[in-house]
Amino acid sequence: MRGARSSILEVNDLRVRAGERLILDGLSLAVRAGEVHAIMGPNGSGKSTLTGVLAGRPGFEVLSGSATYLGRDLFAMAPEERAREGLFLAFQYPVEIPGVNNVYLLKASLNALRRHRGEPELDAFEFLNLVRGKLAEMRMDERLLNRGVNEGFSGGEKKRNEILQMSLLQPTLSLLDETDSGLDIDALKVVADGVNKLRSPDRAIVLVTHYQRLLDHVVPDRVHVLAGGKIVRSGGRELALELERRGYDWLREGTAAA
Amino acid sequence: MSAKQPELESLVARKYRHGFVTDIASDTVAPGLDEDVIRLISGKKNEPAFMLDWRLKAFRRWSRMEVPTWAHVHYRPIDFQAISYYSAPRQRTDGPKSLAEVDPKLLETYDKLGIPLHERARLAGVAVDAVFDSVSVATTFKEKLAEAGVIFCPFSEAVQKHPELIERYLGTVVPIGDNFYAALNSAVFTDGSFVYVPKGVRCPMELSTYFRINASKTGQFERTLIIAEDGAYVSYLEGCTAPMRDENQLHAAVVELIALDDAEIKYSTVQNWYPGDENGVGGIYNFVTKRGDCRGRNSKISWTQVETGSAITWKYPSCILRGDGSSGAFHSVALANHRQQADTGTKMIHMGRNTTSTIISKGISAGHGQNAYRGLVKVLPGADGARNHTQCDSLLMGPHCGAHTFPYIEVKNPTAVVEHEATTSKISDDQLFYCLQRGISAEDAVNMIVNGFCRQVFRELPMEFAVEAQNLLAVSLEGAVG
Repeated sequence: MRGARSSILEVNDLRVRAGERLILDGLSLAVRAGEVHAIMGPNGSGKSTLTGVLAGRPGFEVLSGSATYLGRDLFAMAPEERAREGLFLAFQYPVEIPGVNNVYLLKASLNALRRHRGEPELDAFEFLNLVRGKLAEMRMDERLLNRGVNEGFSGGEKKRNEILQMSLLQPTLSLLDETDSGLDIDALKVVADGVNKLRSPDRAIVLVTHYQRLLDHVVPDRVHVLAGGKIVRSGGRELALELERRGYDWLREGTAAA
Repeated sequence: MSAKQPELESLVARKYRHGFVTDIASDTVAPGLDEDVIRLISGKKNEPAFMLDWRLKAFRRWSRMEVPTWAHVHYRPIDFQAISYYSAPRQRTDGPKSLAEVDPKLLETYDKLGIPLHERARLAGVAVDAVFDSVSVATTFKEKLAEAGVIFCPFSEAVQKHPELIERYLGTVVPIGDNFYAALNSAVFTDGSFVYVPKGVRCPMELSTYFRINASKTGQFERTLIIAEDGAYVSYLEGCTAPMRDENQLHAAVVELIALDDAEIKYSTVQNWYPGDENGVGGIYNFVTKRGDCRGRNSKISWTQVETGSAITWKYPSCILRGDGSSGAFHSVALANHRQQADTGTKMIHMGRNTTSTIISKGISAGHGQNAYRGLVKVLPGADGARNHTQCDSLLMGPHCGAHTFPYIEVKNPTAVVEHEATTSKISDDQLFYCLQRGISAEDAVNMIVNGFCRQVFRELPMEFAVEAQNLLAVSLEGAVG
């Protein structure tokens, strides 16, 4: 359907373990520019491992398979290099960094990316103007800028803060790890708006989610079911609705039979 | 194949940037200490009789005292007879009249350290006294300060020109027999800075002393005395560096502050003595006694320290809150990396009514560093309405370092309110990964996290030095990434 579009991410037969446990067992996934993919699946199926290993979180061992990001071997790139090349992970549990101003981290991050692209760094004034506009979009309190990073933020504020960062950095590939869990409906809409604003022909978004309700607001191009460390079923958005209705068990049985 | 995230530990490897030696002819007395050496020091400085008597009294006290062993630090005993107690760059006997007469090698040394003493390159708005080994080599902006009535000069010059002030105030905050190292300092101190701010005068600029140990096998024993008369204000900063040597060198200073009615003294330290190498060879033993006396009503003394250097730090800048309504503050960042050991904190002695004190201590431990906070808050029976707030935070980097807290609280007045808060945290791999995932390098991330941790203290530093302190911390934590 979008075959003409260029590849952003290509994961091939990926096997990953954490400690002694094999978590991803032959996972393949192709994401092209302009696409939004949703990855669903039961608890413990490997969803967070997938986003973690793609972003370079320590603690995983890649046993075999490959991941290619914009034509480059993703696993040969350091985590910060992946970030500077436009790969963004919205954390399921955003980390608190006490004493470090939120606005300071945001500015350091944006300027690190700009430096990498050979663009001039933004000064404090330019940056503040930019971030104020984004804050208004996120319906976030400006005071959150001068608090410690995620320090004392509510669950919803933390998730909005992730989306704020995402909209500032304008990543080529955004991985959202259960950004929708624990959000009330207003916050969910803000997150969905943020994702929808980012949709463009040259970007791609991968949403990891438990629930279909985010997909009411962000319509995915593809939906995948991850179970037992691999993708067991892919389809259009109607697959998400079917999952909502039937749960995951019927798919697991399917895998066992195959 | 797994993603590489640089180990936290490799990020805290340290380079010391002030480790060079200045090749300069020195006048150094042979190692060893007895009454003759003290007479010699006093004679070289042409001191009045009361000073020699005072020194000899201190020496006799010291000879009967034992080395203190209660601090949470470990080192081989110091041979006090192997140390030279006087070393001065050789120069014209009457001392330089102006900077033009100062040995260019000395000026170059301070330039390298980023402390320009030349007229053309002086730190704007900061008067500097430069102490090299045992003597002061230059003091800038003296005339301008004199116009305001402020005396800022080397201690030995103050002994000559203002003996009445010295005799009146010296040893009134830290008496000669106060402790082992204070007694030793009182016997052998060679120079230091003297500050006197008269009644009602707000010192027009920051004052700063830059201490440099250069000669080997010497100790540095400086004495600083700051007096702020009624309603006076002064902000003072000291900086310290030393060459890299395999031997341990002793630095045993005494600082006395006296604040009279409504006076305020802000005393800041950026201490970067050579810390020794990563195996704990060499480095300065920094055994220092610092105490402020809020002698007057509503007087204020605050200590702010950023301690990144020294193999061993043993210091407790303290406040005696004697005057009613007086207040004391202690803001500290202490870093112990590699094999460094720090045992530091403060004492707040509440004597007057409605006295207040604030203690904010930030200890950072990395490598095999051991960092101890030791603090005493004492409220005497007469101190109605005394208030203290203590916040004591430790940050651990890596699995081999340690943080220790020894708070002592003695309250003898039922109206006192004393609060103590303590936290211990780690730079977690999660925090580091979060920053990396935002494109920030590991080094920048660690600096950012550490600076965030220290923010409450850094903002107490004079503007000119807050940046220096941040950079110093960054250098101290610098290492090869991944």
